[in-house]
Amino acid sequence: MTTNILLTGVGGQGTILTTKILSTALAQLGYDVKMSEIHGMSQRGGTVNTQLKYGEKVYAPNIGEGEADIIVAFEKVEALRALPYLKKGGSIVMDEREIYSMPVLTGDAAYPHDAEKELKELVGKVTVIPASKIAEELGSIKAQNICLLGALVKQLGLNETDWEKLISESVPAKTIDINLAAFKRGYEYAE
Amino acid sequence: MQKIIMSGDEAVARGAWEAGVSVAAAYPGTPSTEILENMALYKDDVYATWANNEKIATEIALGASIGGLRAFAAMKHVGMNVAGDPIFSAAYTGVNGGMVIISCDDPGCHSSQNEQDNRWYAPHAKLAMLEPSDSQECKDFMKEAFRLSEEFDLLTLLRLTTRVCHSKSLVEQGERVMPEEKKYKSEFTKFTMLPVNARKRHVIVEENLEKLKEYSYTSPLNRMEINNSDIGVITSGISYMHAREAFGDSVSYLKLGITYPLSDKLIKDFAAKVKTLWIVEEGDGYLEATVRGLGLECVGKEKLSCQGELDAARVRAAFGVGETTETYTAEAQAPARPPVLCAGCPHRGFYFALNAFKDKLVAVGDIGCYSLGASAPFFGFDIAICMGSGFSIPIGLSKALEKQNDSRKVFGLLGDSTFFHSGFNSLVDAVHSGANVCLCVLDNSITAMTGHQENSGTQKNLMGYEVPPVSILEMIYATGIAKERVIIADPIDQEAMQAAIKTAVENEGVYVIISKRPCALLKEVIKANAGIRCEIDADKCVGCKRCMKVACPSLAFENKKAWIADPANCNGCGLCMQMCKVGAISRIGGAK
Repeated sequence: MTTNILLTGVGGQGTILTTKILSTALAQLGYDVKMSEIHGMSQRGGTVNTQLKYGEKVYAPNIGEGEADIIVAFEKVEALRALPYLKKGGSIVMDEREIYSMPVLTGDAAYPHDAEKELKELVGKVTVIPASKIAEELGSIKAQNICLLGALVKQLGLNETDWEKLISESVPAKTIDINLAAFKRGYEYAE
Repeated sequence: MQKIIMSGDEAVARGAWEAGVSVAAAYPGTPSTEILENMALYKDDVYATWANNEKIATEIALGASIGGLRAFAAMKHVGMNVAGDPIFSAAYTGVNGGMVIISCDDPGCHSSQNEQDNRWYAPHAKLAMLEPSDSQECKDFMKEAFRLSEEFDLLTLLRLTTRVCHSKSLVEQGERVMPEEKKYKSEFTKFTMLPVNARKRHVIVEENLEKLKEYSYTSPLNRMEINNSDIGVITSGISYMHAREAFGDSVSYLKLGITYPLSDKLIKDFAAKVKTLWIVEEGDGYLEATVRGLGLECVGKEKLSCQGELDAARVRAAFGVGETTETYTAEAQAPARPPVLCAGCPHRGFYFALNAFKDKLVAVGDIGCYSLGASAPFFGFDIAICMGSGFSIPIGLSKALEKQNDSRKVFGLLGDSTFFHSGFNSLVDAVHSGANVCLCVLDNSITAMTGHQENSGTQKNLMGYEVPPVSILEMIYATGIAKERVIIADPIDQEAMQAAIKTAVENEGVYVIISKRPCALLKEVIKANAGIRCEIDADKCVGCKRCMKVACPSLAFENKKAWIADPANCNGCGLCMQMCKVGAISRIGGAK
């Protein structure tokens, strides 16, 4: 059996780096790990999905519909979009942030502001974290991803890893302090 | 040995380095791009270079191979069509130093114009073919590909797919081991494909393939996993992983690493061990065709369609095995989030200007960032087929419109890298034909779509060394086109760009427009624009929404006012400013 995590967001939010840090930690803990990403057109404001699977032995690198144990959404509507991938009984960790796509900006589509409520009713296990807000308070919205990582790590119970060391090695030197603070806040915020 | 997490692309580069490769060439294309980018990390040992197209990349590698070095060329699947010419004939010549062609296919068209299955190239062109399933195999198979290429004197195709290229898994690191040194020696009958030599080489390549087929029976790259005698699954590449995930130990497997030439003997041996054969393969029924050709009954493409990417859930559902997965369905609909032109993107200005002449022209696009202008709200062009075609389709299309007394002018659009790739060839034809077309080079000074790779127009190469940039303007002039028919304009400057398009629309014959402004995401551009952005005075804004027409992702409209919703990405290009009739938008943070 593997644990399957789908991280989803908007190009530029740092889902790939987050997945990479988590993968490294899991590999160090002795798990077999596979991470899969699709990029190419994603830098330009599109949806980005990265997928992480770990366990004793992992075969397929990608997660099919109904196969994800956890969805980590860096943007609210992306949690909704990724919902078909969540298995019954799975959980969601999401930022409350809303980023409007071009059809919303131009008024061709409506943004479902109440998606969070429906997701909570439907799925139950939904942890909402103001990760962007926390990161902004700390000085850079870019630390949002590491804040969400903190929450995810708490939920997964991965306490044996030296996260401070790993994060420090993974983010740009100038942003280490902000990212470490963001991780801590995310960790503390999560249930 | 240390194990580290690597993508398939990284592992291929690592494998090439460990195999003692000395020359590597490629044209960037998702999902293959990172192979060469990672190869360049070993620039002290390997000459790694972007070529202007896949044919040239193949020929650079071939020259090195003939010269005695191990070499490879990497490309995305459609690039192999471009490289087909040298590949089909180099298959006859064979190699001196080992030579590998890497094809990265894109099932599901994540970022491609088709989902062609390049496994067919192996029997067609007469190449040995290996298909790794994960990053460790990418590294191991790359090394084996060079060994087989030299031992059997064959060009070897390493065939990957998006999920193999872009998935990351643990890879054991090895050392670089140089192959036995080979010198260049003149071998006219082997390397000069005159008919007299080609006929003889054709005999030899068939013999070599037959020898490899024999070897394939015992190769460790092919393996059987016998779990029971009911169902036997024949599979390769990423499909093995999906099958393994879907069926576990409930079936037996024949996992094929060498997928051309396929070992008939091995397939028959496996078939004899099980009652029913299932073929699990993404894309076409390539393995299935061989299995059926051996007179064996099997279940394959009637269960698993040739379209799209596989995953374990799809495999399970197709063969009706295992638990069906249950999920949730929400009532709320997620609005689409298509990729868009970035804030400050020069292409936005070009498309906005083009739209002002919508009823007077028909536009043909090409492959690159500017293809994002094809969808809402610009609907910038009607046609896009392949690299370079943006400059040649207009020649034929203009003839069709002429016959139909349609007075619209045909515009062709492609970028600087695409111009160097093959657009220049088409330009020469267009100038020579005198067709009534306007060819636009959307020159943003970089190969942007694949993530900023250098090209012949840039001042640095892949390895970071200074190189002489090639001038697109001088290349255009070299066709002999009258200089007044070549117009350079800044696409953000609407007055200049619209004037350029107007001139081309209103006058007969060939025009060339160079839409010149560097990509907004280039480091030096970001640096130059640091702190500069647009600001909207809410008191002055009358809510006319004219600025929204430029479809900039930094702009939003709420409560009857436009505002800069994403100031971090606005670089103050000022396209929206030019739209505003009431002077509500200003540029702050610097003089520009």
